[in-house]
Amino acid sequence: MKFTLLTTDVLFFGLIIAAGAYAWYAAGKEHLRAPWREVAKNSFATSAAAVLLTFLIIAILDSVHFYPRLDQVAGDRGKAHYATEVISLFDRVVGRLRSQVEKTYSAPFALTAFSKETIELQDGRSVRDYPRLRYGGAHLSEACERGLDIARRALGGALWAIAIWLCIVLPILYWHARRWTRAWALATRSEINGGGLIPFRVPLAVTAGIAVVVGVCAALAPYYHIFGTDKVGIDVFYQTLKSIRTGLIIGTLTTLVMLPFAIVMGITAGYFRGWIDDVIQYLYTTLSSIPGVLLIAAAALILEVYMVNHADEFTSLVVRADLRLLALCVILGVTSWTGLCRVLRGEAMKLREMDFIEAARAFGVPHTTIILRHMVPNIMHIVMISIVLDFSALVLAEAVLSYINIGVDPTMESWGNMINSARLELAREPVVWWSLLAAFVFMFILVLAANLFADAVRDAFDPRLRVIS
Amino acid sequence: MISYIVRRVAYAIPILIGVNVITFVLFFVVNSPEDMARLHLGQRRVTQDAIEKWKADRGYDRPLIWNAEAHGLKKFSETIFFHNSVRLFMFDFGQSDSGRDIGYDISQRMWPSLAIAIPVFAVGLAVTITLALIVAFFRGTYIDTWAVVTCVAMMAISSLFYIIGGQFLVGKLLHLVPISGFEPGFVGAKFIVLPVVVGIVGSLGGGIRWYRTIFLEEINKDYVRTARAKGLSERAVLYVHVLRNALIPILTGVVVVLPSLFLGSLITEAFFGIPGLGSYTIDAIQRQDFAILRSMVFLGSVLYILALLLTDISYTIVDPRVRFE
Repeated sequence: MKFTLLTTDVLFFGLIIAAGAYAWYAAGKEHLRAPWREVAKNSFATSAAAVLLTFLIIAILDSVHFYPRLDQVAGDRGKAHYATEVISLFDRVVGRLRSQVEKTYSAPFALTAFSKETIELQDGRSVRDYPRLRYGGAHLSEACERGLDIARRALGGALWAIAIWLCIVLPILYWHARRWTRAWALATRSEINGGGLIPFRVPLAVTAGIAVVVGVCAALAPYYHIFGTDKVGIDVFYQTLKSIRTGLIIGTLTTLVMLPFAIVMGITAGYFRGWIDDVIQYLYTTLSSIPGVLLIAAAALILEVYMVNHADEFTSLVVRADLRLLALCVILGVTSWTGLCRVLRGEAMKLREMDFIEAARAFGVPHTTIILRHMVPNIMHIVMISIVLDFSALVLAEAVLSYINIGVDPTMESWGNMINSARLELAREPVVWWSLLAAFVFMFILVLAANLFADAVRDAFDPRLRVIS
Repeated sequence: MISYIVRRVAYAIPILIGVNVITFVLFFVVNSPEDMARLHLGQRRVTQDAIEKWKADRGYDRPLIWNAEAHGLKKFSETIFFHNSVRLFMFDFGQSDSGRDIGYDISQRMWPSLAIAIPVFAVGLAVTITLALIVAFFRGTYIDTWAVVTCVAMMAISSLFYIIGGQFLVGKLLHLVPISGFEPGFVGAKFIVLPVVVGIVGSLGGGIRWYRTIFLEEINKDYVRTARAKGLSERAVLYVHVLRNALIPILTGVVVVLPSLFLGSLITEAFFGIPGLGSYTIDAIQRQDFAILRSMVFLGSVLYILALLLTDISYTIVDPRVRFE
């Protein structure tokens, strides 16, 4: 194996390390720990976090790219050969899922193809019938065994998952019990009944649910096409899982691009006022008066022109798709910083009149120090809220943009591309619905989890915004 | 009031100039007309003559912003900037890259767009506010909780799903309305119903949640307590007092919706085959027609600025305390 880092990989890992550094920093500061404890008390938020974490693990696995080593050719000793195609650690984990490509469409859990073909029988006659799939259910000799086989494998997968889940959860519960009370049975019962400091019942149920779903899928996916196959026979379940990385990268890297613009411009405008304020206000009013989608379309077209005219700079399809994804994040970021900038400017204007800032100025503290030491920490909660709120909107926007062909590269797996390529299939008779449904279901789960988590974060970090009910 | 409007319009001019400069830089400086010609004519086998001809046909053979060879005012006017950007201010959109008159196309395609956008906007606002008031009426009960849960779930569903699902369910399974198409006049109502319903349902979740928050904020204010103390029924309090006082935040929310109406119509029109401005823009994006895209960017910004102005003026109508200083 020869590891390689794509540009988005570097940024994505950088972001994860930064998030880790923030967690370590926040753990030592009571005023930062308090709102997160508030988030942890919200059982919706912890359940959503568990779902998001599952997605994140898949995305991280899918971000470790390498060139696989090819088998040794006889007589060519000692020299390693590598494939020209980049694959990720995730592809290795799912193993056969990637290579089990059928001829064309097949329904979920189908044993036979979706359309009839002429099959040559052994005695030389030929009939038109649905041919058996090459991989989906290929281990079965009779079609009637399918139901029982699926049930058996699903049950096995679920039991394995529960066993692994218990191995992880029981030590944590035990540690928790040791920490708070001595009696282990008592503590466990109180945790499960929701009497502990952090309500454990709902997240425990949700993580168990996730474990069972993952276990069942892992048990079934090598033998059946859980979500069927698409037009060229690629497993839809595999495509959906690969799309998770695309969605997460767009949702997070865009914010990374947007934040410096919004924070720097917002604070300088609000703090210095005067002509700086005028210029920055003019800048964001102008940018926000252009309909966002048109600006994105224009920028994407221009990127297209650049890529066509500099085709030789992109060494492989993967690198090209990756750079296009990064460019999309940059474009989305540059067009979407205006909203946050306006909010931050307002907050900075309010802050600069506060006593502690005035005191700092009276002591002769330089402007940059005032901004860095006193302003930035006091607007960070707004930034945090905006990061989590924007995430789900960006995931949804990707699908829409890919539909107009200004989104991610057509060769890259993404939910938008899946929907785009599957939208004509609804006109077929009988209907090919599984690609669309798989993409929508996964998007729904991710966005719903992100929304629930974002609401909890917003309530915890900005109590003034909390809805009175 | 009139002086305020004049001032606001005057303030819009530098913004429009800014928009124009941004589009000019994006379309002509970052990408030279030469690149555009190559993209349209194909990459490898194109001759320099063909490129020059393509540029000359569209007027892209002029210098960018300063024509040193011309005399007098023509130094400025015989340039790409003047011909393709400054002229937009006079709503003279020129010709598309395929040679059609953009101004005429826009005037033709405006009406189908409005036929969708106006019902979506008006009916959608009425439905959303009514539902939000009902939810606010039942605040603190199970109905409220489940309504909010439904809203959050609806917000997590992609807008594409509403369109595709609506087309599939209503058009294909139930055969109630045609899946796509358009016809002017009342005969065409059957084509409009589905896109309008889909447009409204798609924004329902976010809308109800947003207006519910606004109403709940108002409900805790003193004048509501006074109204209740007077013995008014809860319904009268909500529908008369709270609704009228919540109009200012509602109007502010409407401005947020207006640009997304533009975005929404883009996808909706493409899916339902409506020959409006949205599908015009999508076609332009897919055919890589920069002239149309430039005109639409300008038109979109003008509409946005107009909408902002209208909102500010409507503030005075709903709240006499707001004055223009």
